[in-house]
Amino acid sequence: MGRIGKSFARRRAEGRAAFVPFLTAGDPSLDRTVEAAVELERAGADVLELGVPFSDPLADGPVIQRASERALARGVTLEAVLGGVRRIRERSELPLLLFSYFNPLLQRGLERLAREAAEAGVDGVLITDLPPEEADGWLGAARGAALDTVFLAAPTSPPERLRRVAEASRGFVYAISRTGVTGERRALSDEAAPLVARLRELTDVPVALGFGLSTPEQVAEAGKVADGVVVGSALVRFLEEQPEGDLGAQVRWLTSAM
Amino acid sequence: MSAASRPVGEWPDAGGHFGPYGGCFVPETLMEPLRELEAAWTEARNDDGFQAELRRLLRDYVGRPTPLGRADRLSERLGVRVYLKREDLCHTGAHKINNALGQGLLVRRMGKTRVVAETGAGQHGVASATVCALLGLECVVYMGTEDMARQAPNVERMRLLGAEVRGVDSGQRTLKDAINEAMRDWVTNVRTTHYLLGSVLGGHPYPTMVRDLQAVIGREAREQILEGSKRLPDVLVACVGGGSNAIGLFHAFLGDAAVKMVGVEAGGRSTRPGDHAARFLPEAGAGAGVGVLQGTRTYLLQDPAGNVLPTHSVSAGLDYPAVGPEHALLHDEGRVEYASVTDEEALAAFHLLGETEGILPALESSHALAWVVREAPALQDQIVLLNLSGRGDKDLAIVIDATRPPRGPGQG
Repeated sequence: MGRIGKSFARRRAEGRAAFVPFLTAGDPSLDRTVEAAVELERAGADVLELGVPFSDPLADGPVIQRASERALARGVTLEAVLGGVRRIRERSELPLLLFSYFNPLLQRGLERLAREAAEAGVDGVLITDLPPEEADGWLGAARGAALDTVFLAAPTSPPERLRRVAEASRGFVYAISRTGVTGERRALSDEAAPLVARLRELTDVPVALGFGLSTPEQVAEAGKVADGVVVGSALVRFLEEQPEGDLGAQVRWLTSAM
Repeated sequence: MSAASRPVGEWPDAGGHFGPYGGCFVPETLMEPLRELEAAWTEARNDDGFQAELRRLLRDYVGRPTPLGRADRLSERLGVRVYLKREDLCHTGAHKINNALGQGLLVRRMGKTRVVAETGAGQHGVASATVCALLGLECVVYMGTEDMARQAPNVERMRLLGAEVRGVDSGQRTLKDAINEAMRDWVTNVRTTHYLLGSVLGGHPYPTMVRDLQAVIGREAREQILEGSKRLPDVLVACVGGGSNAIGLFHAFLGDAAVKMVGVEAGGRSTRPGDHAARFLPEAGAGAGVGVLQGTRTYLLQDPAGNVLPTHSVSAGLDYPAVGPEHALLHDEGRVEYASVTDEEALAAFHLLGETEGILPALESSHALAWVVREAPALQDQIVLLNLSGRGDKDLAIVIDATRPPRGPGQG
């Protein structure tokens, strides 16, 4: 079991869900991302999702789009993100999951990227626009480098798709709490709990719930049904508004009702 | 998988692949809706009732078959026997309505009530707005604000047809960014909404479905030219943005080995990255390659890190960094030749067709003609069938602006 799986197992033993923050790597700067990882680990985060900036983030809402644009304008490519990962690893054992669109990985070469990512200290990779049907080459490369592969499960996925997603997933399965793009919403969707329940019938791999969660109440509610809770846009927006703000305090607040 | 394992016209495979291209690279939320769309389309295309309704509307509403006309004065000027497939005479002024109408009927059949579409030049947006008005569907069109400025008449047209036009301010504010935004809307409202994609792009089944709906162009043209000149043409030529009018023309001729086919891309201002939209340009070097964008694997203008490069073309409809996956295969197989012409050559062709034939073509279609003009010495006495994919009314402001002489000192 890799770092990600152990992290989830530890929380499960405590009877609490894992807290999984997402940050766009390189926004507002790679230095800040490295510092943020250290702060997040101290504040009790269990896995950090690092978004790889991409020119066409079609699954993302405005907050992460803007962060991605800012990072790209600073020249933060996949290669630079891996450099950031190496720097995080000098100071932190926080499990790291790259969150990327497929094309940047494809251009790097899947075998090469998997090897480089594992060497840098990445524990797993989630590819937003790569369904299991198209993932044969990637799964081979990732397994060869002992990287976890996290796939998305959606409220629109029928049982046979969920089974396929669960079978391809290592580390955890990422359940999308609602149809739509990333971004903050007022309430946890009615679709979230049934989706997690359907996944549980199919797999023992931990299930994390994400998309739209931004308040302590939503985090606590999601944590009751899932093994992990992902918060992205709310944290990315926090750094947009207060680049040097206290991210640890933000995490302690978000997890306060768990 | 060997691309040579089946004839070029017989792709895709069950997963929507055209050899190594195509496929379905979309977020999980869209996978099941795409499967449902494929199932609905497969059922509809084999349903006589659906096909009869589509044929009726193509005839009575769109005005098909469109004429295939001999362009005598142009032919005389060039020394090439040019025939024009007059898609510009379709209702709404371009081939785009062939696809929009077919998908619109499918939306009604699937029981969805809302349509989102993207548009570059505005022709697909106008076609979508038109079909939605005809069929009583709600229509939202995403359009880059850069394109809204340069194709203003089409923006007004869409609004008059009852569509909501939403400006897209992200990225380069052109077609690619409009597609991103349409996909974001679709992934959010997928249960009630159909994404009426306007070209042979996107995840499976779009490249195949749009091709099937546009293939009427080539079926008609083949029949018409055989009837009119008792022989097949030597060359087919069409412009290629996403590539729907080109695939539409080419498809019926893929088995005719003697017919040469040429797809013309936007060469823009220069061959430097960012100055053109010529995905197959051999000297594109670092700018070109194969990648995945907006659901499909194909030739893509990108930087070495895999981020998509800006593009430029005087024609909004060709101003796009990727190309339909079937074109990528046809390119590699050598069945279709891809060339590019510059903004300047396209503008000159626009004037030439107006002055010799009394037809103002869309700037997109002007690219196809510009290739014929440039290659005329090598095409003497050959029969060239050109897809005149759209009319030029929408481009008047751009053409007038481009032909106005620069102001000298003391004139301003």
